[in-house]
Amino acid sequence: MKHRHQRLLRTSVISLLAGVVGLFMIMPLVWMISASLKSEVEVFQYPIRWIPRTIRWENYREVWAGVYPFGVFYLNSIKVTSLSVIGMLLTSSLAAYSFAKLKFPGRDQLFLAYLATMMIPPQVLLVPRFLLFRNFGILNTHWALILPGIFVIFGVFLMRQFFTSIPNELSESAIMDGAGHLTIWARIIMPLAKPALVSLLIVSFVWRWNEYEEPLIFLNTKELFTIPVGMTLFMDEFETRYSLIMAAAVSAILPVIAVFLAGQRFFVQGVVTSGLKG
Amino acid sequence: MTGLARRKETLAGYLFLLPNFLGFVAFIAIPVVFSLYLAFSRWDLLSGAAGIRWNGIGNFIDMVDDPWFVDSLVNNIVYTFFAVVFSLAAGLVMALVLNRKIYGRGVLRTMYFVPYVVSMVAISAIWMALLSRYGPVSELVRRFGVDPPVWLMDPLFAMPAIISLGVWKQAGYCMLIYLAALQGVPKELYEAADVDGGSAWAKFRHVTLPMISPATFLLVITQVISSFKVFAPVQILTQGGPGRSTTVLVYHIYRTAYQNYRMGYASAMAWVLFALIFIVTIIQWQGQKRWVNY
Repeated sequence: MKHRHQRLLRTSVISLLAGVVGLFMIMPLVWMISASLKSEVEVFQYPIRWIPRTIRWENYREVWAGVYPFGVFYLNSIKVTSLSVIGMLLTSSLAAYSFAKLKFPGRDQLFLAYLATMMIPPQVLLVPRFLLFRNFGILNTHWALILPGIFVIFGVFLMRQFFTSIPNELSESAIMDGAGHLTIWARIIMPLAKPALVSLLIVSFVWRWNEYEEPLIFLNTKELFTIPVGMTLFMDEFETRYSLIMAAAVSAILPVIAVFLAGQRFFVQGVVTSGLKG
Repeated sequence: MTGLARRKETLAGYLFLLPNFLGFVAFIAIPVVFSLYLAFSRWDLLSGAAGIRWNGIGNFIDMVDDPWFVDSLVNNIVYTFFAVVFSLAAGLVMALVLNRKIYGRGVLRTMYFVPYVVSMVAISAIWMALLSRYGPVSELVRRFGVDPPVWLMDPLFAMPAIISLGVWKQAGYCMLIYLAALQGVPKELYEAADVDGGSAWAKFRHVTLPMISPATFLLVITQVISSFKVFAPVQILTQGGPGRSTTVLVYHIYRTAYQNYRMGYASAMAWVLFALIFIVTIIQWQGQKRWVNY
């Protein structure tokens, strides 16, 4: 009996300490939310007043209906992110089917070429892409973000790994029944790969949504900006008005946090299995 | 398989690959080749395509005399070392805690991990506010009767500030990988250690650490690679300053290409970045035999 009590106490103490660490981890985020609802004077009152004296929703109005069109940044981010992620899933899963399930001359060499480029940091590609896009006339358009977002080798690699683990008997019997490869891909492989697809979808959504360097370099019309570059405009404009900057930050982060919380299981799965991308 | 079926499969193979392959050629393969060519050229963007001049290894020689480049390299190594060590250590501690029987494990895991999904830009904005002259961190320091520095403009504190930001974001990721590894350690090993009367520390040192060494190996590689590419916090918070104290390779590449329009030199530095990542990864692959247990 005494032993059980001791164990209970131990578990409680460790849980408590773990909770303190957890609070410490989310403290910057909690501070951000709290500051975003404060008056400028109250933001830097010390000790920190976590719950504002009066909640100022006006900060958000100022961000959303102020000098810069935050709503437009939102729409841009939604458009760019969803088109690149959908395009990526579609072309990657087609290519992965080809690499994993079909035999044709040159397949392994091509896959090797794909793998070889995976280690090349995207920074190497920024300059030539910039010049390429300028020549094609798509610099400073959303295509300059969507197209590179579609062709991410990592997606092909991950899907191929998953498709390889699906037994060939399934597709072979379908071929016996006279099904074409497109049918097998659509009716057998893709449904089986649903968990992997959802993981890749959520992980890529978060990465694309947060992408900063590409829009910074490929865009210069403010109306085309995605949220991360849009954020920096606010930081320049509001300078030291941190309540407004924090309101912009909360607005920028919210969709990602929502997607993460809603699909946490898949996100965690995707991050753990992929492992490859920091 | 009949000849017809084989031909059909070959055709299907190419057709399925085609959409992705076209993009691969246009947006990856051609840029890679072009970038390699530029790395050995001198080219001011403003002079147009006709202004590209072959420069041999001139760009690489210039780097030696470029204080920004040399400092970027040193800062990159400093940043990477501390960011990787602290992220892994923090991630391991959090994973060890979560691997025990504790209350609210699911909620805690979410709390530890959530910074990872927040964008670097938003984190930079938060850090800027937290570290501002009258921000909470400065006020806390004032409580101890010490006059706080202007963190992001202080040569001594700017880099630690950037490192702390990276650690805060990446620790949760390391936690997740470590947690998955810890859950794969067979219970029998601990039971055997119990029979031998091993202390908690001995169990950690001789059972846990060796068993999770593949995770450590994976994390060191991925975290070193991602740390070498640090950019947003530097560009947003310090612009490489004060002086050159926080400048890093990607930031220097960015300035060279898009503010000074020296496309050749920027490309050459980007390839140095690649070479560094490549060499570090190779060294780790070679070294893993000595400490990684599979």
